[in-house]
This record gives sequence, C-alpha cells and structure tokens, in this order.
Amino acid sequence: MAIEVRIPTILRTYTGGAKSVEGSGATLADLLGDLDSRHGGLRERLVDDGGLRRFVNVYLNDEDVRFLGGLQTPVHDGDTVTVLPAVAGGAC
Amino acid sequence: MLTLHPALHAKIVAHARADHPDEACGVIAGPAGSDHPERFIPMLNAERSPTFYRFDSMEQFRVWREMDERDEEPVVIYHSHTATEAYPSRTDISYASEPGAHYVLVSTRDPEQAEFRAFRIIDGAVTEEDVVIAEDRMLE
Repeated sequence: MAIEVRIPTILRTYTGGAKSVEGSGATLADLLGDLDSRHGGLRERLVDDGGLRRFVNVYLNDEDVRFLGGLQTPVHDGDTVTVLPAVAGGAC
Repeated sequence: MLTLHPALHAKIVAHARADHPDEACGVIAGPAGSDHPERFIPMLNAERSPTFYRFDSMEQFRVWREMDERDEEPVVIYHSHTATEAYPSRTDISYASEPGAHYVLVSTRDPEQAEFRAFRIIDGAVTEEDVVIAEDRMLE
C-alpha cells in the first residue's frame, strides 16, 4: 500500500490531470520529495525555505498538518494526504 | 456571465451586511461542470478582519470534502470589501486558486446600496463578467 495524495485542480498540471497520486515516505517532507521525483515542480508549489507555504493547506487524513508536525509529520501507508489552496484575499 | 438566483444574491448581500465591518466570505456550490450555483455555504472568516479574509482551514476541508462526495464544485467564491470598491485587490488576485470559479465581490461601503460584481481570476488575469439575477436559468 501507498499514501494517497489528493491534488487540487490548480496543481493538476503537475500530475498530468490526475486528481490523486500515490507516494511513499516516513514523513510529509519525504513524501513530497518522493512525489517531486515523478511530478517535478509540485513540491516547490507547496513548500519554500520556511516550510509549508502559508497559503497552502495540507491535511493528513482529517487533520491540518499545521496542528500536527508540519513537514515532519509522520505518514504511513494507507494514509490520505489532501492538498487545498487556502481561499483568502482582502481589500489591500 | 454569472447567472444567479435572486435568493442566492440576497443571501450573499445579507451575509456581507451582517459581518460588516469585517469581511464576509463563502461559497455557492453547484453540480460539477454545470456552472450553475445552487447551494449557499457561508464560511467563517478565520481572520475576522475588515481588510482580509481567509477560510478556516478545517471548515474548508469539511466543505470541500462534502462537495467532492456530492459531485459538486465551488461555482461561486464570494467575499466582501467593507470600505473599498467591489473589485479584486492585489491580494485577491495573488491568492485566487480556483480557475473554474466565479469570484463575486460585494462592497458594503455604502450602507444603502451594495455593489455586486463578478470576475474570473486566472493566472493573475482578472476578467469582469456580467451578472444576471434570474430565477429561471432558461432565461439566459
């Protein structure tokens, strides 16, 4: 078994249009590295030098990984990771 | 063009008025591929701010999953500006992440008359659309 990663519409250019892809790794950081080896550029859209990008939400199963361990959150076969761009904006 | 039922138009304006002077935000979901907004989903503004909005991440997760299960998509994403015009700001443009959605902006700066406008925001480019308030989509 692998880890299922659900990809939002706006990032499906990196996955050949696929709504979900599979990967593996011990932590979220490993998983994103693994995905990037097959879907080049995807990782860059999710993380920067400081960790997860501020306006990207990543969930492990039903939890926002910001409330878990961020990029160091352990992941396991059978988990589902969901990526959603934050919906945000404002007057300024 | 965005065609919107008058009841949905009224709900967006009422939400924006209720949360004024903070920005209000939400979604109208519709069947995937239909371009037909049907289900009104007001969202929390996690920032509770007069100049910024952001969906609460856990609420967004639940709502997006529910849309997925119902084979829906966010046809409309709306938010209010409470002191400026109903036009996408630089922040609105840089964070716009649903290329298939109509972005609705409501301004509540005038207490009597709400400005109500709709846009597509794709790859940083803003295109205004006509808004038709109509009960019957066949009127299009």
